[in-house]
Order: sequence, then C-alpha cells, then structure tokens
Amino acid sequence: MECAVDAQSLISISLMKIHNSRTQRGGIKLHKNLLVSYVLRNARQVYIKEKYAEIYRMQQYEEVMTVCNEIQELNPLDLDAEDADNEEQARAACCGEETSLCDPACHRGAAQSAAHVRTASTLLGCSPFEDGSKEAEPSDYRSCCMEASPVSHFDQFSADNNRHCNKTTVLDLDTHVVTTVENGYLHQDCCCNPPQCGQEAQSPGKKRKVEFGCCISDMEEISDFTAARKRAKREDCSYSNPDYTDTSNISNLISIFGSGFSGLLSRQADLEQICSKQALASLGAWTRAIVAF
Amino acid sequence: MTRKPAWAHCSRGRTHTHACTHTRKDSSSSSSSSSSRRTAFSTLTSSTSPALAAWAEPGWGERARFGPFPSGRARWRVTLPRLQMGEDAESPKINHTFLRDYVTEADVISTVEFNQTGDLLATGDKGGRVVIFQRETESKGESEEAGETGDSGEYNVYSTFQSHEPDFDYLKSLEIEEKINKIKWLPQQNAAHFLLSTNDKTIKLWKVSERDKRPEGYNLKDEEGRLKDISTITSLQVPVLKPTDLMVEVRPRRVFANGHTYHVNSISVNSDGETYLSADDLRINMWHLGITDRSFNIVDIKPANMEDLTEVITAAEFHPHHCHLFVYSSSKGTLRLCDMRASALCDKHTKLFEEPEDPGSRSFFSEIISSVSDVKFSHSGRYLLTRDYLTAKVWDLNMDKGPVETYQVHEYLRSKLCSLYENDCIFDKFECVWNSSDSVIMTGAYNSFFRMFDRETGRGVTLEAWRESSKPRAVLRTRRVYTGGKRRRGDVGVDSLDFTKKILHMAWHPSENIIAIAATNNLYIFQDRVNPETQTQ
Repeated sequence: MECAVDAQSLISISLMKIHNSRTQRGGIKLHKNLLVSYVLRNARQVYIKEKYAEIYRMQQYEEVMTVCNEIQELNPLDLDAEDADNEEQARAACCGEETSLCDPACHRGAAQSAAHVRTASTLLGCSPFEDGSKEAEPSDYRSCCMEASPVSHFDQFSADNNRHCNKTTVLDLDTHVVTTVENGYLHQDCCCNPPQCGQEAQSPGKKRKVEFGCCISDMEEISDFTAARKRAKREDCSYSNPDYTDTSNISNLISIFGSGFSGLLSRQADLEQICSKQALASLGAWTRAIVAF
Repeated sequence: MTRKPAWAHCSRGRTHTHACTHTRKDSSSSSSSSSSRRTAFSTLTSSTSPALAAWAEPGWGERARFGPFPSGRARWRVTLPRLQMGEDAESPKINHTFLRDYVTEADVISTVEFNQTGDLLATGDKGGRVVIFQRETESKGESEEAGETGDSGEYNVYSTFQSHEPDFDYLKSLEIEEKINKIKWLPQQNAAHFLLSTNDKTIKLWKVSERDKRPEGYNLKDEEGRLKDISTITSLQVPVLKPTDLMVEVRPRRVFANGHTYHVNSISVNSDGETYLSADDLRINMWHLGITDRSFNIVDIKPANMEDLTEVITAAEFHPHHCHLFVYSSSKGTLRLCDMRASALCDKHTKLFEEPEDPGSRSFFSEIISSVSDVKFSHSGRYLLTRDYLTAKVWDLNMDKGPVETYQVHEYLRSKLCSLYENDCIFDKFECVWNSSDSVIMTGAYNSFFRMFDRETGRGVTLEAWRESSKPRAVLRTRRVYTGGKRRRGDVGVDSLDFTKKILHMAWHPSENIIAIAATNNLYIFQDRVNPETQTQ
C-alpha cells in the first residue's frame, strides 16, 4: 500500500480531493477540506524548497543578479557548465535548519553527476520554517534536488501563466454575501500589483505567511497562493454559481497553483529588487545566511 | 437487502423492522452449551495466576486469559440478541453467503449510546434510522444455578423509528444527509424515555413510551369502538385497565432546527437536565429542551475572514457534574475548557489544553493526525479522554500543559500515512469511551479491532469484533498486530489489515462491563462475565 510520498503527487491528490468534495453528498465538509489544505500547504512548502534549492544550485552566489535575467532560460542541463567546487564552501553555511519535511520527498534518486551532488548538498536551503530544526543527512539533500520533472512543469505553468484572469464568485454561508473575486493578480502582468482583489487583506504579519516566507517575493507569491487556495476552497463552498462546471474548476485550480510555482521565475523585476542588499537584510533567516557568505 | 447469517449476531439489515414481532424463544440448546462452557471457564478461573503473569503467557488460544483489568482477570464474552437466533430457525434456508459482504450504505451504524441506567441502547445509522435495544431483565433458571444473578446482559430490539429524512436546503443548494451523527439520552424523569438525535443540521427530541395496558369496559362504546345502542345498557361500569401486548411508541416532541450553518458533530445534555449544547464546525449553541425557536450561541470561532480559518471544532461535551463547564476539542489537537459563568460568549477559554508538538515527528500529515476526533469527560469529571488518529490521551483538568497519559492505538500506521491519506482513511474519526470506574479506556481501530487500555498498568489489549470469531457466548481472544520481534500464531501483519473494517463507534455501559461495538452495519455486544459489575477501586 505504499505510495509515492512525493510533494507533487500529494498536491495533485489533495487537489482531487478538494474537487471531489464539491460533488459529494451532504455538502462541503469544512473540517476535511481544512485538513486537506494543510497537506497542500505542507507539500507546497517542500516543493518550493526544492525549487529554491534547484535554482540556487545552478547559479553562483555572486551572480545572483544575473541569475534574475537568466531565469527565463533556466535549464538544469546548464549545470555542467558551472564550477561547483568554488561555491561549495561559500554555501556551506546555508545548510542550517532543515525540516524533516524534506525527508519524505528525498527518496527519489536520479542520475546526476557528483559535482552537482556536492553543490546540491551545500546549497539546500535554510528555511525559517517554524517546524524544523533537525538537520537531515546530506544524502537526503542530494536526492531532494534531483527533480527532473520540474522543467516540464515550468513550461506548462508558464504557459498557464498567460491565461486569462478568472473570476470567482464566493458565497459566505452565514451572511449570504456574494463576492466576486478576481484571480487576476496571479496573471503574469498583475504579479507586481499588490493583491487587492476581493476581500483579501494580505497583511504580511499574518502567521500563515510567515511560515511560508523565505523571501519577500515568495511571501507575496505565497500570500497570493494562500489566498487563492483558500478562495478556491471557499469557492468550492459556494453554490450560488450554477454556471461552474467541474472541468473549468479543476483547470482554474491548476492554473492558480501553477502560476504560484512559476511566478518566481517570471517576475524578474521583483527579484532584482530583492537581490539588493537592503532587501536581503530584511528577509528571513534563510536569506540572511546567504548574505553572510 | 436482508442478510441472514447462519449464526447469531446482531445484524443491522432490514429485518429489524420486523424485529418486534418475533417471539423471543428460550433457546435451551445454547444455554446448555453455555453452561458446559462455563464449567470450563470456572476451571480456568480457579487458578490463581495474577494478571501480569497472564499477560506474559505465550500462546493465545480460544480460552486464553487476558485483560489487565483491576480485578486481574476479565473475560469478554459475546452476548448477542437472542432475537437473531430465533429468526434463523423460522426462516427458510436461503444461501446468502455470496451476499454476506454486501453492505447497504444506509445500514452503516453511525452512533451508539447507552442510556443512564444502561437498560436501553440506541443506535443510529446512515439511513436516518434509530434502533433502540432493551436489556433483558428476566433472570433465567440456569444462570442462577451457575451463580450468576441479575440481568442476562442480552439486548433485544425494543423499537425502531425513522429519525431524520434526507433534506435539501434550497437557499444554499445543499443536500442535507439524514445520517444520524449523535444520539444522547436524557436522564429519565418519568416512565417515558427521551433521547436527542441529530443529523448535520437538525436536532430532534424523541419520546419513547410504552403502552401495555388499555382501558376496557366503556359504557357508550363497545370493544371495537362502535356506539352501543343505549337501550341495551342496563348498568354502569367503570372502565378498567387491562394488560395488552407491549407497544412501544416513539413520537417526536421537539425539533431544533436552523441553529447551525455548518455540520453538527456533537450534542451533549447538561447536568441540569434542562439544557443541552450542539456543536458544529465553528459554533456551539446552547438550547433549552423546551424552546425550539431560539438558542444561545456560546462559542463562535469563525474568523472575520474565512481565509484566516485555521481550526474547527471537532467535539464538545458538558461536564458531568458542573452545569457551567464544558469542553470542546479542535482540529489542531487542543482542548478548551469554558466556564459559562465567565461570559455569555465563551470564545475566550478558561483553560487551554495543548501538548507541544514534537518537531522531530513532523510530516506532511502532522495536522491531520493531531486533529482530535472525540473528547469525553470521565465519569468523575476529573479527566478528559481524547482521541486523535494514532493515539488516545488522558488529560487531567488541573493540568493543561499536556496529557497525563498517552496510549498508542496503532502506531504502526505512522509509516502508512500517505496511503491512508490517499484512500481517505486518515480522515476517519474514532470515538473513545471510559468504563464506568474510569479505570479502563477503549477505542476503535481497523480490521475490526478495538483496543482497551488499563490506566493503572498502562497495558493495552486488542480485541476483534468480527463475526467469524464471535459465536454466541464465545470468549473473545486477544489479537495482535505484528510489528516486529517474535511472531506469534494469530498475529496479523500491518499490510494485511483491512482498512474498510473500522470500529469508529462504541459505547460502554454506565455501570457494568458491557460494551457495544459498531462495526459497519453490525452491532456487537460483549460482556465481561467474570466481572459483570465493575469493581470499585
């Protein structure tokens, strides 16, 4: 009965559960959907961490600025061209906190050269996740970064990124207030705008976002994601919109999550801004570690 | 679909609608076999090995001793409603073997509850029906011979009624399930019995009354009710009550509707006997039993912005003695004790019971397995029993830093959480119960297993509620899930556990060692014959 304890598969399974709960008898079960959203959040944390690890593994630390320009052409095959040895010591300190969240996802082996392996092991993120101070084995780190599939994901999601903004109608079960919410800010063009759609009040001080946030760009990203996911869940709770078809909903959810993952890559301007020292200094512990070295 | 197994157990098929019409025969054959069995048991009981030694003995046969109970030797036996045995003799022999595993969804039992005296046992199912069982009171001759006195411990169907029907909320386009989520009995005040039953949205108060007499001898009407010809009446008579066949009437007395936006998961009758609480995912309401058009909202954890939702209420219960105290559990694994004297709206808890999370055991599913599925006050009112996915915990009301006792129910599932998430088993909500003296706690598991833990010794025992091993008056043998070490005969491997057979609902008699276990659509009643009365500590 073993299944792949893989962040991606968990995300897709969770999405299916949320989707199926719309049609089950008795109405949306708030408790179950809340728990599923926790799994989604956890899986996404791991997924994002892996993405970060992969991104930073591929570039040299001093060239972070140019990385921002190159992100569009990100290609894991470029790893071969880089000199991993120089960076090893530089990033050694980055392997501070690690959560055991990585461990379940760390069992996918993939064939990669030893140089990449060493780089990867030193690069894996220190993340200020509330839940982790345990340091995993280096061998675990290695396999964490060995994800060949994300490239295809990026391609797919960047394609989705250009999709048209969608509207969501949300019904509050108590007050019977119907709200129309734009998903637009997940669109590439809207990424730089502060999220002001609908009733979302995205205060950065929110506990949920602090849990996610490794850097401001991701924080914004994740707050969008959180909002979108919660909205997606609430949207599931809304029955006042009979025009919704199941297929359109599932594609909406995927586009939401998809752009959530690839948004970082597409927002060059924000990254450049962030990569400045002042911005770095104001970020969480993870980026502080990078600044120190 | 009628299911008539060849052996007797309390099947929850459609046959129950005709249950009351069956004559309750005295099955002498079973009693003779039971007496012979009892002799064998008495041989065993005469030996004097203490409880701990019994635990250490290898080999778990049919008559093995088990039970780390205070008395030293408990033996759970199957006591089945004799009703089913009578049925089999009368009905034609139809081979239902191939239909045996087919379970009508509506027959799945969703709640089990004894009343305060233990004479009545109510079960609710997913089809919205409630079946009430009554304990047999006549003491049989043979039981007195063997030294057993008192009630037999067998339960027969007393009444069946349809409590809730499927409903539809047109405003929200929501279908409302008729599944009975909880049943709670009211303390008995007169000859009638009252119970509350609830589905996701509506709570109903039912009156269960008996009628075994009827007046006869009216002056103006004859026996059929036709008016008599006045000229034929020569003398006046006083109508007298004559005994008739027992008739059980169940009538709805109150309907408490429109109190909840979210799904009701708990109801709890207050010790004052006048009020009760009902809890849904985000709110707890307090009702007066006599008033149906309004309720007091005493807890509301709905955030102003639903985006901020992080936890929901999973269970709530009034304190058994203090009518101003209640506790509710959350999906985050916390318990909150609230005092209604402090304020009208008890959003601010009086006490928060929380165990700090172990950072080393963090996983994708940490939040799910820490969600409390059931909370129960001990009979003394001093302790709380909670159940989350893998453990059962006992909390002392005076200590909020963490549980005083933690029992691993099925720790071997921790490595299987991903598969259990895929097949939705990780969302199963297990109940937990205290015994009458608060010395033993019991909760369910998979593969038709349920577990009892002795609080004094900390030991746990696994029993099985499965028909193949539950002949009438058979002694339950302990089971074991093989998790390593020396494998014993009868051990079950973790991978061969049947996760569709889950024991979610159960109840323990308020004063005796009689337990009712609901296994999908079957109800099992077991009694500890060695110690029918709970020994006080």
